[in-house]
Amino acid sequence: MSNGTTTSILMVGVGGQGIIRASDILSFVLMEAGFDVKKSEVHGMAQRGGCVSSDIRYGEKVYSPLSKKGDVDILMSFEKMETLRYLNYLKPEGVVVINDEKVYPPSVALGDEPYPDDIEGVVEKAFKMVKIVKATEMAVEAGDRRMANTVMLGVLSSYMAVDSAVWEAILNDTFPKKLLKKNMVAFHMGRSA
Amino acid sequence: MKALLSGNEAIARGAYECGVTFAAAYPGTPSTEIIEEFSRYEGVYAEWAPNEKVALESAIGAALAGAKAMAVMKHVGVNVAADPLFTVSYTGTNGALVVISADDPSMHSSQNEQDNRNYARFAKIPMLEPADSDEAKKFIKKAFEISMSFDTPVFLRSTTRVSHSKSVSTLEEPVVCEDNTGIRHNRSKYVMVPAKARERRVVLEERTGRLRDFNETFTENRVELQSRTHGIITAGMAYNYAKEAFPEYSFLKLAMIWPLPEKLIKEFAAQVETIYVVEELDTFLEDQIKAMGINVVGKEIFPYTNEFDPGIVEQSITGRAMEREMVNLSSLPQRPPNLCPACPHRGLFYALKKLNAFVTGDIGCYTLAFMKPLEGLDSCICMGASIGMAHGMSKALGAKGKGKVVGVIGDSTFIHSGITGLLNMVYNMSDAVIVICDNRTTAMTGMQDHPGTGRTLQGQEAKALDFERLAAALGVDDVQVVDPFDLKNVKKVLKEALDNDGPSLVISRGPCALLQSKQAKASPPLAVDPHRCTGCKICLGLGCPAISWRRFEDMPGGSFEKKTKKQEGIAAIDATLCNGCSLCEQLCTVKAISEAIHYE
Repeated sequence: MSNGTTTSILMVGVGGQGIIRASDILSFVLMEAGFDVKKSEVHGMAQRGGCVSSDIRYGEKVYSPLSKKGDVDILMSFEKMETLRYLNYLKPEGVVVINDEKVYPPSVALGDEPYPDDIEGVVEKAFKMVKIVKATEMAVEAGDRRMANTVMLGVLSSYMAVDSAVWEAILNDTFPKKLLKKNMVAFHMGRSA
Repeated sequence: MKALLSGNEAIARGAYECGVTFAAAYPGTPSTEIIEEFSRYEGVYAEWAPNEKVALESAIGAALAGAKAMAVMKHVGVNVAADPLFTVSYTGTNGALVVISADDPSMHSSQNEQDNRNYARFAKIPMLEPADSDEAKKFIKKAFEISMSFDTPVFLRSTTRVSHSKSVSTLEEPVVCEDNTGIRHNRSKYVMVPAKARERRVVLEERTGRLRDFNETFTENRVELQSRTHGIITAGMAYNYAKEAFPEYSFLKLAMIWPLPEKLIKEFAAQVETIYVVEELDTFLEDQIKAMGINVVGKEIFPYTNEFDPGIVEQSITGRAMEREMVNLSSLPQRPPNLCPACPHRGLFYALKKLNAFVTGDIGCYTLAFMKPLEGLDSCICMGASIGMAHGMSKALGAKGKGKVVGVIGDSTFIHSGITGLLNMVYNMSDAVIVICDNRTTAMTGMQDHPGTGRTLQGQEAKALDFERLAAALGVDDVQVVDPFDLKNVKKVLKEALDNDGPSLVISRGPCALLQSKQAKASPPLAVDPHRCTGCKICLGLGCPAISWRRFEDMPGGSFEKKTKKQEGIAAIDATLCNGCSLCEQLCTVKAISEAIHYE
C-alpha cells in the first residue's frame, strides 16, 4: 500500500471512547500476524475529554510511527465530527469508517456554536469508500456501550487481510473471561456490519 | 521473546536487564511511565521523589555508593535538577548514573518546548538519543556502560514521540551483576570546594576529549551510504521521519549526540554533495556541524517549532505543499481538555472567579480553570511559581493589592516546590492568600502518590505529610481547611482570608474525581427538571462536561412551557457523566436540579 510496503491506519475520536485500547489490540494483532508495527498516540492532557488520535502503521519494516497527511489508508473515526478534523490525513483512495455518534465539545454543549451538520455529505464528496456504522448502538445491543471500540475493530477487520483466527486469539488474550463473550459478539457484529 | 513496548517501557526494561538497582523520579509527561514500569521488576528499588532535584541527588548518592542508578524526569524537570547536575559532571559517579530527560516537542503537555540537548553541551555530559523502543532499550544499557567506563553521568534523551510510541522489541534476560556497593571515601573527588573543583574541571575537559574519540567509533552511530548527491545527518525520532520521506538518500544517524564525532561527520560529508541536518527544535547539530566547517542545509528550510513528521520533512526539502484542504479546520469546534465531572477544583475556581482577584496559578489539572467559562486562573509559569508570584505581586501592589491576590497550587506541586515559597511569605510578611488544591494525588500525570498521600510508589503505607502542621511550623497563623463542594463556605472562607492581614493558607481538600470513581464513592447522578428550569444558564457557568444546553428550536415536539418570554432552552445533565457532586444543584435558584428522577 502506501510507501510501497507500509500501511497506515488512523483512529480518531474523543478521550474515553477506548481508542487507545483499540489501537493496542490492533497492534498486537498485527504483530501476531508477522508484521513490523509502530503505533503512536499522545497521552497526558488528552485524557480529559480532548481529541484523541492514534496512528497504527505496519508492514515489513516501518520507520515513522506517524503518518503524513494524505497518506493514511484507513481512517477509523469513533466520533462523527472528529472525522472532519483528520480528513486530510486520508489518501484519495482511502477508506473512512465513521461511528454514527456525536459527543458534544464544550462550546457546543454550552450552546455557543453549533455541531457541524452534513458531515456525511462533506466526507462522501471527497471520498468514495465511506462506511457509516452505528457502533455505539451495536455495542449497547451486545451488552455495554463501552464496547463501541470492539465493534469498530470488527468493522476494521473486514477491510484487512488478517485471518479472523488471529483477531480472536488476541481478543482472547486481551479480555478477562467475564467480558470476553460479549466483546466477541461485539467484534463479530462489527465485522459483518 | 518479541514484545510491543512503548519507549518508556523499553527504557524501564533495558534498565532492569542491565542491572540498574536504584531509580528516583518525579512524575511528568511524557516521562512518568518509566519508573512506574521499572518499579514492577524484581530486585530493584524505585521511588517517587518530591521533586527532580531530590530525585537526582538521591541517584547521585546511590551511584556514589557503587550502584547503577538513574534519575528520570521530563524536560523542565531537568531545570529543577540542574544545580546538582552541573556539579556531578565534575565529580563523576563511582558506580553509574544516567539521567533520563523526556522532552516534549509540540508541547503536548508542557509549558515550554525547551530542547534539552543543550544541557548535554552546557553541563558537559554525554547524551544518547534513541529513535524507537528497541533502541531505547539498547541505548539505556549503552548509557550505563559509558557511565562506568568514563566515570561520568550520562544523559538519555527521549521525546514524547519516542516515549509514547510503541514498537517491536526483543526481551532479554537480565544480566547477573555482582554487588559493587560499599563505602569508599574519596574526598578530593567528591568534595567540590574551589580547590578540588578546579582539579576536577581539568579532568572534565580531558574526559570530554576521550568521549569524543570514543564516539568516532561508537558502534551505535550508523552510516547508510546510498545516494552520493543527497544525504541527511540526524538522530532520534527525526531519523524515522527522514528515512521514510527519503529512503534513497544517504544517512548518518548519530546515537551519541554530544560530544560529536567530528571525523565521522567529515568523512560522511566528504562523500555526499548536499547534506541536510534534520532535527526538531534547536539548531543543536547544525550549529556544531557548521562550526566544523561543513556546509549543511538546516533550519533555513526546516521549522524551529513543533515535532516533525514524514510530511514536514518531505515538504521542507522538496518545497512542495501537499495538503488537500477539504475542511476548514479553523471553523470546527475545538475540544480542549476539561476538568472532569465532580472535579474538586471546579467549585473552588468558580468561587475564585467571583472574588475578582488576580489568581497566580501553577502546574496541574487546575491550570485548565483558566479557560471559559470558569476563567478563575490568571498565570502559569512553572512548578511552585504561584506562591512566589503571589507574594511578589502583593508586595508590588501594596495597599492596591489588599484582598486581591491569590496563589493556587496543587498538593503534589506544593510539596515539589511550594514549601520554601510559603516560608518566604511568612518571613517577609506577605499579604497574599495561598490555596492548596489538595486532591490527594498527582492527578494530571495519572494519579501518582506523593509524600502527602501516605503511600509510596509501590503502594506501601508511608507517613503522610500533614499540611496543616507544616503550615503552622512555617509560621502561617491563618490556616483554614474547606470542602470545595460546599460553595457557600468556600466563598466565605476565601473572603475572610483575603480580608485578613498577613499570609493566609486555605486548604481546599477534596479527592480527585478519578480517585473517587476508583474507590466507587461517586454519588448518584443528578437531573434537571425541564418544567422548572428557567434557562438562566447559571449551572453552565461551571463548565461541567455533564451539563449541556438544549435549545427549544432543536427539540421539536417538546412540550416545555417557557417560564420567561426570553427563555430559549433548558439545561440538561448527562447521567452517564454526572458523578453527583451537587455544585450545580447548589447554584440553581429555582431548585430544578435534584437527584435522579427521570424527567420526560
